[in-house]
Parts: sequence; C-alpha cells; structure tokens
Amino acid sequence: MSTPINQSPATKSPKILVFSTDKISDPGIDQAGLRKIHYAPSVYVISLPCSSGIKPKWIMHALENGFDGVFIAADGHECSYSSRCADHTNTIVETSQELMKAKNINPRRVRMAALCSVCAEPFMSHMENYGKILASLED
Amino acid sequence: MKQRIGVYICHCGGNISDYVDVEELGKMFHKEENVVVSKDVMFACADSNQKDMVADIQANNLDAIVVCSCSPKLHLHTFKNVAARAGLNPSNYVQVNIREQCSWPHSDRPREATVKAAGLIRAGINRVSFSESLENIELTVKKSALVIGAGVSGMKAAIDLARSGNEVFLIEKDFFVGGRIAQKQTLFPTNQNGKEVVAALYNEMKKFPNITIFTGATVEKVSGSLGNFTVDIKVKPRYINPNADKKAVKRAMDECPVSVHDDFNLGLVERKAIYKNYPEALPDVPLVVAEALKDAEDFTGKFASTLNLKEEEQTLSLIAGSVLVTTGYDHYQPKEGEYGYKTISNVVTLPELNRLMEMNPDKLVYNGKQIKSLAFIYCVGSRQTKGDNKYCSRQCCTSTIHTSLQLKEKYKDIQTYHLYRDIRTYGKQELMYAESSKQGDLYFKYEEKEMPVVSVDGKSTIVKVKDYLTAKKEMEIEADLVVLVTGMVAREDATTISELFKIPIGRDKFFNEIHPKLKPVETVIKGVYIGGTCQGPKNVSESVQSSLAGASKITALLKSGTVSVDPIIARINADACTWCGKCSDVCDYTAIKEILFGEKHVATVNKAVCTGCGICAPVCPENAIEVAQYTDNEIESMIDGFMMDFDIKEKGAGEVVEVEEEGKVGMKEYPLVWREILAGMTDEKNTIPEIVANSKLASELVTFHLMTMNRYGVVVPAGMDAKETYYYYKRK
Repeated sequence: MSTPINQSPATKSPKILVFSTDKISDPGIDQAGLRKIHYAPSVYVISLPCSSGIKPKWIMHALENGFDGVFIAADGHECSYSSRCADHTNTIVETSQELMKAKNINPRRVRMAALCSVCAEPFMSHMENYGKILASLED
Repeated sequence: MKQRIGVYICHCGGNISDYVDVEELGKMFHKEENVVVSKDVMFACADSNQKDMVADIQANNLDAIVVCSCSPKLHLHTFKNVAARAGLNPSNYVQVNIREQCSWPHSDRPREATVKAAGLIRAGINRVSFSESLENIELTVKKSALVIGAGVSGMKAAIDLARSGNEVFLIEKDFFVGGRIAQKQTLFPTNQNGKEVVAALYNEMKKFPNITIFTGATVEKVSGSLGNFTVDIKVKPRYINPNADKKAVKRAMDECPVSVHDDFNLGLVERKAIYKNYPEALPDVPLVVAEALKDAEDFTGKFASTLNLKEEEQTLSLIAGSVLVTTGYDHYQPKEGEYGYKTISNVVTLPELNRLMEMNPDKLVYNGKQIKSLAFIYCVGSRQTKGDNKYCSRQCCTSTIHTSLQLKEKYKDIQTYHLYRDIRTYGKQELMYAESSKQGDLYFKYEEKEMPVVSVDGKSTIVKVKDYLTAKKEMEIEADLVVLVTGMVAREDATTISELFKIPIGRDKFFNEIHPKLKPVETVIKGVYIGGTCQGPKNVSESVQSSLAGASKITALLKSGTVSVDPIIARINADACTWCGKCSDVCDYTAIKEILFGEKHVATVNKAVCTGCGICAPVCPENAIEVAQYTDNEIESMIDGFMMDFDIKEKGAGEVVEVEEEGKVGMKEYPLVWREILAGMTDEKNTIPEIVANSKLASELVTFHLMTMNRYGVVVPAGMDAKETYYYYKRK
C-alpha cells in the first residue's frame, strides 16, 4: 500500500508534527484555519484524547522518519481528564528527550506548550517561532 | 489489515477545491493498492452523496472508508452513521481534516496545500487500514439518580427526575434545604422571597414518593460506575426524638440557654444551640448542637424525652444509575485588611449586607449606628490579574444594583456609591442598572492598577477612588458602611467531591465540564453530570437551566435500562504486562486493577470506568497498553503517511476547466447535480426559482452549487430581477 516517494514538495519550512487534543487544542488549531490564519503547510497534526497519552516512541518514530520537530499542544490546566495533565505531559517530554539524547537528536526537537480551544493566533506564533528554532538547529 | 477501502475527497463547494486540487487527488488515490473506490465529491455531507456512499460500500463490499473533508468535530458522526447504514462497523471509518487544517490555513499556497492534503489522506488510509471493528460496550443501568446538593438547582433537578419516573436520592450537607437562595430576601426580577421559593420547591418534592431527601448527609465513599454507582453516605443525627411532641420541641428551642455561631447569618449574630436556620426552614425539625449542650445538664434533663443526645450517625449505601452534582459555591472571603475588612469596623461584604437588611426591617443599623450612606466596592476577589480568581463572577454587579434598589425602597433616605471596574448587567438586568442610575445612585469607575483605598478619619470612614469617568480625578467618599462586593468561589469541599467521583477541577477550582458549548453539563466520568454554580459562577436562572439540562441527560440515559458506551478505551496486552502498578498509579479514575492471569499478576481495565484518556499508556515500561483507535500501528502509520512525498503537477494560472455546453465530454466529469442544472437552463436568463422549478433538485442543493459554479466558469451572475430579489444566472 505504499506510495512511491518522488521528489520533495516545494516547501523549505521544517516539517513539524503536532500532537493536539480532541477537545482543547485541536479546536484551537481548527479555528486558525477557519480564520484563514496562515502557517506553514509543513505542519501536520494528529489529534488524541489527551496530551498525557502521547507515547515517547511515537515522538521518536516521527523524528527518526523525517520530521524536524514534534510540538505537543498540551491541555495544561484546561484538561478535562486530569488536573495533573501538565505534569504527565511534561514527564513524556522529559522521557522523550532522554531517548533523543541517546540517539544524538537535539532535545529541542520536541517542545510542549499549552494551547486552548480558541488559541488560533498563539498556535500560528508557536509554529512560526518553533519553525525558526528548528531551522537553526544543526544537532 | 483492510483491503477494500473507499476514499471520498470533498470539494466542500469551493472551500477545499479552490485551494486543493481534489480532482487530481481523487484520481491519484484511485491507483493505490487496497483502495477500491476513490472519488472527489462536491459535498460529502449532502444527502445525495451519503446515499451514494452507502451504495458504494454495499456494491463494492468495502471494509473501510476515509472521508477527507472538514473537521471531525462537524461530521464525524454523520459519516459513522453512513457506515452503520451500509452495514459497515463505524470504527472502520476515518475522517481526514483537509479544510480547517489544510485548504483554509494554506489558502496562500495552493500547491503546497495539495501536497499536504495528499499526505493527510495517505495517513488516513494508513490509519484505517489498521482499524478494528469495535463494538459499543452495553451496560445495564439502575433507574435511580443521586442528586448531591439541595439548593435551588438540586431541588429543581430532583423534581424533574422524579417526574420522569426515576427513583431520586437527594442529599444535602446542611440540615435544611435551600442552599444560598434561602439567604436572599428578594430575587431579581420577580422580587420573590428566596425562602418562599425554597418552601414551594420542598412542598413540590414532597408530592413525589420517589424522592428521598437526606439532610445532614455527606458522601463518604463511591464505587461502581455508570449505571450502577454505589455511594455510601453518612447521615448526621439531629438529636431530636422523632416521636417528640412539636410543642415540646418548640419550648426546648425557646428555653435553650446556650448560644452558638450563626452560620446562616454569616456570624453577624448568634443563635440558640437548638435551632432552625430561619423559622420556616425545612424540613421542619430543628437541629441540636449536642456538643454545646454538654454542660447544660439541667436543660437537657428537663427535655430528656424531647432530645435524643445519644443518637448516632448512620451510614447508608445508595445505588444510583447516574449522579448529578449541584453542590453550589462559597462566597469569597476577603482577607483581613483587604479594603479594611475585619480591621475597620464598618466594612462588610455584600452577602453580610443582605443578611443585615433582612434582620433590620425598619432602619438599617450596624454596630449601633443608623446607615445613611453606603459605598460598594465591586470585583472584590474577582477578576484578579495577579490573584487566584481571574474570572468574573458574573452575578455580583446585578446582585449589588438589585440590593441598591432594595435599600432605597426599604429605607428611603439612603445614598449609595458604586465603585466599579466594569458593569456587567447583561440581558434584561441592564434595565435595573438604568433604574439605579435614575434613582440617583452614583457610579465611579476605577482600574485594577489604582484600586480604591478605605481609611478611617476620626469617626468617619473614607473611601478614596481615582474616578476614570472624570479624568482620573481622586474622589473622597464618606460612607457609613463600606460594602465589599465579593464574588463566587468554588466550595471548600469541592476537592473532596472531586476526589470521590473523579470529577476534574479547573484552574478556577470549579468542576470542569467536557466542553463549555457542546457538552456543558457532562463530565469525563460517564454517568456523572454537573449543574448550577459548582461548575462556575451563575445566577439563579442559569443555575437552574444547567441543572435541568443535567436532569434531562440523566433521564435519557436511564430511560431504556441499558446504555451503550463508546469502545474507545485502554486495553492491556496481558502477555506483555508484568504488573508494576505504574498504570494504576496515574489513573485518576481507578479504572486499572491488578488481577491474576494464569500464574502471573497483570493489569486489567474496568471498561465501564475507563475514559479512554490514554494517560496509562506512556508510563508502561513494557508498552503493554494501547487505547483503541490510537494504537501504535495507527499512529505510526499516520506519521509514515505524512512523510510520503507526492508528485503533483502544478496547474498554470487561470487553468480552470470550463464547460461551454452540456453534453460535451468534460461535462461527464461533473457531478450529476450540475449536469441537471445546466440541462435545465435555457438561453434566456434564469433565476434560482426558475432553475429549481425546471429541475427535480432540492432548492438548497441548487443554491449551494450555484454559489460555487464561478470557480469552474460554468455560470455567472447576470444581474437581479425587477424586485431585486434573485440573481439571474447565465451559461458561460
């Protein structure tokens, strides 16, 4: 079922994988689209129930297969599942960074920030800033 | 692995196809292995397309479908239902968001948007390939509801639940029902007395034999889950002999020699150690503060047959199919010294003023002095930029202005000064604000950075305020009473209820609903709902609305006796699990337990309790936990899909397909609806009603399609009719 990889699309922006959450940050990212707030087309989003459910191995899979960075659009204090969500997600980031160091991947290639359900502009800013940081990394 | 997949790529009129080349994508994915059907469709959500999809699924024996259109928040269930109608398990459906997360945010870069869309669709196909056929979990539910908190919200909800035929347990922590509303002398806009409202609701509840009320009761332990909660409650004793003569009880109240703190009147006065919150309080049985009477042996001896000081508390177990939490709020309590509270004698809070007004029917007197002027300071404990309470308490502006009107009506010669940040008397309450201004109440606007200062000058209390309405001029107001308009805060025991029922708490410490607009009374705990001010500041009307919404949800849930629960939950690979307990430690819902599996200890998930949040999955050192629909295969294959590159030709500027006449080869590429519209058009000018009249199509469908025709150069607007009502269209 594989599609042959042809030439790369005409984008020079770093490829960012965003993990969003169904009820909080994904609606915020949707709103950016709804308001035609532009960000790089090299940003791809996977929505999950809760940012505390992201497995470090998924982050590693993305980074080892061509993504330049992983951005976790966390629920923070707004999480409807757990008041400890920010702590859990932070642990996931730390665990991932340990795995990344072991494989000589710059720990800055994973980043976490809280994003609310109306955070359209903040999402765009995060993508812009994180894109610049990733572009400057040489590991 | 799915091997007969259907892919539908939506134009969404032009919302997607104006920027993403959906026709090219439709053709491209048609060549994919395991993709049996790949189409671009004008409106995937249109009834006609849904019917086509059902026919496709059945005719081609599809085992999975991918719809690439708008956000799943809009149409996930639409297409799950399409799958179900076609006999396909709805779990074998994936929605790919190529509108909000592709065509719209990348409308400035159409080609790159198309490349991205290709990756998103590829990821969707990969994901659906690994999809499993999941069945909803069926649970039996008890037709009984537990309502916690007998304030106005809880009582209204209990009545509604009982009227719908449910067994209702209403438990109240206090010994009398009514909550905060009983402390309100008059309510806006009906000017009803709060106590009358409480009595009316209580008497209504008594008409229902299926409502059982427990007062002096608290929740001690919760087990079970949706449909079958077991809730242990502790009921404290009243220490009154249930067979005692009512007159003797009344005499005991009158003759009681000991006084205690009066919580109902916010400590402004004391009350007897045998008391009711107020004379008409319900249930009509007083409470004895037994501890306070331990040295009053003569008194207790005299009323030995009336009092039962050896009565013990009881623990009861209630079985409930669902739970509604309506535990209410606490008043914000100013810190000592905050605007002179507790350090300057004539500084009180708004709730305290309300109690004072009820206790002073003729003249408003405080600390022995008649009050002729009051200065209200708004937003005390609310909208704190640097403090904990960043929210607006919503109802305090209205409550203050209503109190101000009541003050003038009740005591006549009285002046009020209002020091506010912003007046938020929304809706009809605005009329009251106008009335207050008309009657001469004076308003001064301050900013948080320059807050009013309360000080004492000799015998006078002075409030200094920099008034932003008069060019920040500093005003000095001499007031007999300074009233701090305090907001609502979460109840002190909210954390206990949260821990017992696992209800998440927000940063504001109120209970969190799943979604403020789409699931406003539901919590992530299946079967547990929230209503009233335990969720956040609300006025009485809004509180009742939310608790009734919760009651309706519960009635619908309990109605059939069974409930179908989403199968997206965690599951354990028992072969891989070595039971370390980490998953159980992080689960806030106690959904994971240790069991014996063969000869080893492993984790198991309680399907009825698990919320599918997935918090347990990353902590497992053996990677033995997955959440259905978010498995490693599904997520990692999506990532692989994103990474694929696609050779997509860039269309030249202005290169759009134009169709000059129906019947030409190009026309066959267009959806049937367009061909019918075009075939129905004459050489004369056509109006929308004429086109509809000449076709068998629904008017909305025609309108939608006409709106997007320009993109293809099929028809163009040619003007308006004589009444300037409709656009004419002509064939290009």
